[in-house]
Amino acid sequence: MSEDYRGIFADGLWRNNVAFVQILALCPLMAVTTTATNGLGMGLATTGVLLASNVVIAGCRDLISQEVRIPVFVLLIAALVSLADMAINAWLHELYKVLGLFIPLIVVNCSVLGRAEMFASKQPVLASAVDGLAMGLGYTAALMLLGGCREILGSATLFAHASLLLGDGFAFLETTLIPKYKGFLLMLLPPGGFLALGFLLAGKRAAERRWERRAAGRGKVGTGAEQSPSTA
Amino acid sequence: MSVHLPSAPHAHASDSVPRIMGLVLLAVAPATLYGIVLFGWPALNLFLVTILTCLLGEAVCLRLAGRAVRPFLLDGSALLTGVLLALSLPPWAPWWIGAIGGFFAIVVGKQVFGGIGQNLFNPAMLARVALLVSFPVEMTLWLEPRPPFSGAAPGFLEGLAITFGGIPDIDAVSGATILGHVRTELGMARELGQILPGHYGAGTAALGWTGGSLGETSDLLILIGGLWLLWRRVFTWHVPVALLATVLVLAAGFNWLNPERFAGPAVHLLSGGLMLGAFFIATDPVTSPTTKLGQLIFGAGCGVLVYVIRTWGGYPEGVAFAVVLMNAATPLIDHYVRPRIYGRTWRGQSRPVPERARRPPAGSGGTE
Repeated sequence: MSEDYRGIFADGLWRNNVAFVQILALCPLMAVTTTATNGLGMGLATTGVLLASNVVIAGCRDLISQEVRIPVFVLLIAALVSLADMAINAWLHELYKVLGLFIPLIVVNCSVLGRAEMFASKQPVLASAVDGLAMGLGYTAALMLLGGCREILGSATLFAHASLLLGDGFAFLETTLIPKYKGFLLMLLPPGGFLALGFLLAGKRAAERRWERRAAGRGKVGTGAEQSPSTA
Repeated sequence: MSVHLPSAPHAHASDSVPRIMGLVLLAVAPATLYGIVLFGWPALNLFLVTILTCLLGEAVCLRLAGRAVRPFLLDGSALLTGVLLALSLPPWAPWWIGAIGGFFAIVVGKQVFGGIGQNLFNPAMLARVALLVSFPVEMTLWLEPRPPFSGAAPGFLEGLAITFGGIPDIDAVSGATILGHVRTELGMARELGQILPGHYGAGTAALGWTGGSLGETSDLLILIGGLWLLWRRVFTWHVPVALLATVLVLAAGFNWLNPERFAGPAVHLLSGGLMLGAFFIATDPVTSPTTKLGQLIFGAGCGVLVYVIRTWGGYPEGVAFAVVLMNAATPLIDHYVRPRIYGRTWRGQSRPVPERARRPPAGSGGTE
């Protein structure tokens, strides 16, 4: 069964990434990714909720009748999000002040309900846990990547205020790339989020196409495989 | 023997993209040269940097997209975008303003949508808006005119230092544009009767002896270039006339209501980028509606937005914002304002055939 889990991880991190392939959960994606740290914090919170909701829903899947499943999912997710909200407020209060509104909004994050409906309601607990973790980590990676790009272009820092999120031990992550940077405000505003997401999507597809071509070229050596039309 | 049957359209106009771009470039050249002379070497440096980055961005994107580089690069569209962008920048802005703007205009404003003819927004204005939002300090640094040999003009090396190193003493050279000045003074609860005299004269504004970007100085030269293009039928009168008339009517109306609060039509028509916008930017065939009525709506919408932004908005000048916003409305306008189908009524039914055009029926009990 390890092959299955590897497939689930590949789905979550790359092939079926929440942000870059499913293009879901864009509202928090645009709103919090002004720095890589915010992206990381939001991603970890979402991952926690995804993992917990997948486990709980997979555990209860035989008890929930088909007709009322969506309201039940929403109730379960809302309860978990409330817990996460209070936990972050209590233990990571500085981060809570930054993410503020967006933690309660995880409840309407379509990726959470989406995984509940598409995966956890049909799969055993362990597989659902792996799926929640993989999807969450993929989303976290996307948030961090987007946040990093916007932060570098917008304010020439990387992981600013990381010590607030991760503790003082991670202060070494905070880097300032250009000391007297004047700031590229557009990248920190919502249009910059859409622009950065667009370019990242284009980059991902270009990379995939290149790998595909290379794999095809390896399959048929020496027959002009570079010119073979790609099926995509 | 084979017969070649060409498909429609059978009639071609001789206008090609390079020809139209060339005509527009020629029309905008006098105002450009005048602006460069007015603001000296730094303006020329910025102008060249902007154009070169536009061409470079175009070449890189075409290469990445696997399209032919030479024909598209030489069709003049990227060059024109660069010229229009440079005309809308503060003349002594640092080089990276022009470079970022040029790349943004071509890559985000044009090539991302699929290249020439596909863009939703006017690339030059999109870049100007992006720059203005991102770098408000650099983008609002206006100068008093300082033509060469006037003492205050920087030499060639000094000009290079200004463009590539920064202006040494900003406060000594900068001055407000008329729109910015009016905005600031009105904010301090002064009245137009006190503000305008001494700072504004319609004659100097029309001829171009004012601070501002390269393209907003000489309204007269822009107007001549625009009218020449109109005469060459590069565009029709609908957009510019609708735009200017709307601003004229609004400015005159509000000025009549309260002359101490609202500047008059002469101030509005002869300041800022209104002339440049009306003749060279809003008339972009790609990003403006296709029908005559649509173009009238488009121009009037631009005019309303320009006046609203100038009078009540957060920025003293709003031509770029107005054009970009109306660009966004263009697909909507084109959807609702459609030309009548030939041979049909506006509602789409067949037009009734006039009585005299009907042939008398060949026999009774026919095809009824």
